[in-house]
Amino acid sequence: MQIPPLSERREMTCDVLVIGGGTAGTMAALTAAQHDVQVLLLEKANVRHSGALAMGMDGVNNAVIPGKASPEDYVADITTANDGIVNQRTVYQTATRGFAMVQRLERYGVKFEKDEHNEYAVRKVHRSGSYVLPMPEGKDVKKVLYRQLRARNVRARVTIENRVMPVRVLTVDGRAVGAVGFDTRTGEFVTISAGAVILAAGAAGRLGLPASGYLYGTYENPTNAGDGYAMAYHAGAELSGIECFQVNPLIKDYNGPACAYVANPFGGYQVNAEGNRFVDCDYWSGQMMAEVKAELDSARGPIYLKLSHLPDATITEIEGILHTTERPTRGTFHAGRGHDYRERDIEMHISEIGLCSGHSASGVWIDEHAATTVPGLYAAGDMALVPHNYMIGAFVFGEIAGEHASVFARTASRPALPEDQISAAHELIYRPLSNPDGPPQAQVEFKLRRFVNDYMQPPKTERYLSLGLESFERMRGDIARMGATTPHELMRCAEVTFIRDCAEMAARASLARTESRWGLYHQRADLPASDDERWFCHLNLRKDATGAMEMLTRPVAPYIVDVPGFTRPDGIPNEPVGTELAGAWA
Amino acid sequence: MAQATNRVDVPVSVDQSKCIDGCTLCVDVCPLDSLAIDPETNKAYMHVDECWYCGPCAARCPVDAVTVNIPYLLR
Repeated sequence: MQIPPLSERREMTCDVLVIGGGTAGTMAALTAAQHDVQVLLLEKANVRHSGALAMGMDGVNNAVIPGKASPEDYVADITTANDGIVNQRTVYQTATRGFAMVQRLERYGVKFEKDEHNEYAVRKVHRSGSYVLPMPEGKDVKKVLYRQLRARNVRARVTIENRVMPVRVLTVDGRAVGAVGFDTRTGEFVTISAGAVILAAGAAGRLGLPASGYLYGTYENPTNAGDGYAMAYHAGAELSGIECFQVNPLIKDYNGPACAYVANPFGGYQVNAEGNRFVDCDYWSGQMMAEVKAELDSARGPIYLKLSHLPDATITEIEGILHTTERPTRGTFHAGRGHDYRERDIEMHISEIGLCSGHSASGVWIDEHAATTVPGLYAAGDMALVPHNYMIGAFVFGEIAGEHASVFARTASRPALPEDQISAAHELIYRPLSNPDGPPQAQVEFKLRRFVNDYMQPPKTERYLSLGLESFERMRGDIARMGATTPHELMRCAEVTFIRDCAEMAARASLARTESRWGLYHQRADLPASDDERWFCHLNLRKDATGAMEMLTRPVAPYIVDVPGFTRPDGIPNEPVGTELAGAWA
Repeated sequence: MAQATNRVDVPVSVDQSKCIDGCTLCVDVCPLDSLAIDPETNKAYMHVDECWYCGPCAARCPVDAVTVNIPYLLR
């Protein structure tokens, strides 16, 4: 294709622009539509099968159901799992609004498991409370949500544009006023003017290179390349906890979840090669991952998900869940190797690194109303910092973002879009077309992500992290020379720039936090101890006025919930919840 | 830059004898946009080796023409 002239563009306008049509983005769009604003939902894939739930989900990891658990227990559990560094007001929203969200999803047609007394069949995986709720027909969750998006009353309010990928959020006087991107099939240049913008673009899942070497064989949906992290950063928003990497225990090579959460209630569990359990709690946390890594590196490795001791009928039931919902090709993978859960336990390993607040705690800094530090810019889902927020948290914060962005958009002035930013984005998108003989994206991306593995995988040290940073700076040159000839290749090339931005953020944040914290997630081999005096705080980063990456710390907000067995090292006393937040609990 | 053509084993295969002329369901739903319609045959095929082996393409195909294999490097 040819580079289109800057002036040749499709100009769209809306009240609320939602970037990403996955879990959070879909809920944000549905909620904004209820608030009577015009919504534009951009999805670089197709909303019918996009985001982390592309093929479905087998259950909810964090539903606080009245009578089964309390919001206070949940907030305390998440606070403990994050070594105390959480804004409890955000986590409290997930805790108190999760049940209403489960009911909203039920009204839409999502099925949750009930017991013989018609009560929600929650299971215990976390350290103290029971929040895990299976979704027996979870393979249909995207279908159910899509039906809502296309309902007549919603259709009048929500315009969906599939295969349109934004690369930058546009700002005027520090406020978000729209976005700029392109159609990944036609190459058409696109600008959007909006009253408010919601970023819901998923995790930075294509950061580390999987051990298989296959670029797209990532734990996260590989379309989630860190687009939202990069767009928020360049719009001037603060990001936080970027040093708290996501690392997960997975099926070796397949690189998908082994699903101890699914197997646990049936009697499955993780063992080392000697057949012994080695973690006392299967809940994914940095501490648990440190224990997994230690076991893999010891003479007791490898590790397995043990199912072979279970009766045939039980295994058939487990297969019925695991081989049909979240990652249905698991069965294909095992069959291809001639492996059967009845005869052979499932070898596990640890994943490549990523950034994801759905599982860990790295993302765009938001308050309890999903607002970022940039007025008019909201964030939700895996990319927004609400620790361990998972699917229910993505739905809840999508809903919150939809509400608050609608209110903001209604009174927002609509300035002319900034031509200098549009021109810079045009250059970012189309530059590879002017180097058709430059190195192709696949090679550039492989090299970039290999450096991520070489230098960033925990345990981290200052020397390795510094070499990583040097490599990511050098890769700017490779990226500038990268070549492409089709709109599809331009999409992948733009993603490589997002990956590089995320890698640099990960290196700088990991260097700045001069201590170890969160188990394996930020394990510094050169600084193995935690330093509560200096580092019991959030580490945030943002783009400063000169374009440089600036680090800053923010104190941990006063707790609103007591955490049994944990004393804040800074001695800041608790605050009352306040009526606005407390009112959300049914 | 010198160009080379390396053959790769792509994960998604489409049975050309079953694939419906003019149907684009699998192409429409692929998250990575890795399937395309061959302009000469009007049938679907995998045009880039970019795959999360997630499966909507196979699930949506009305005539079971699409098979998702595990990418060779993981198999």
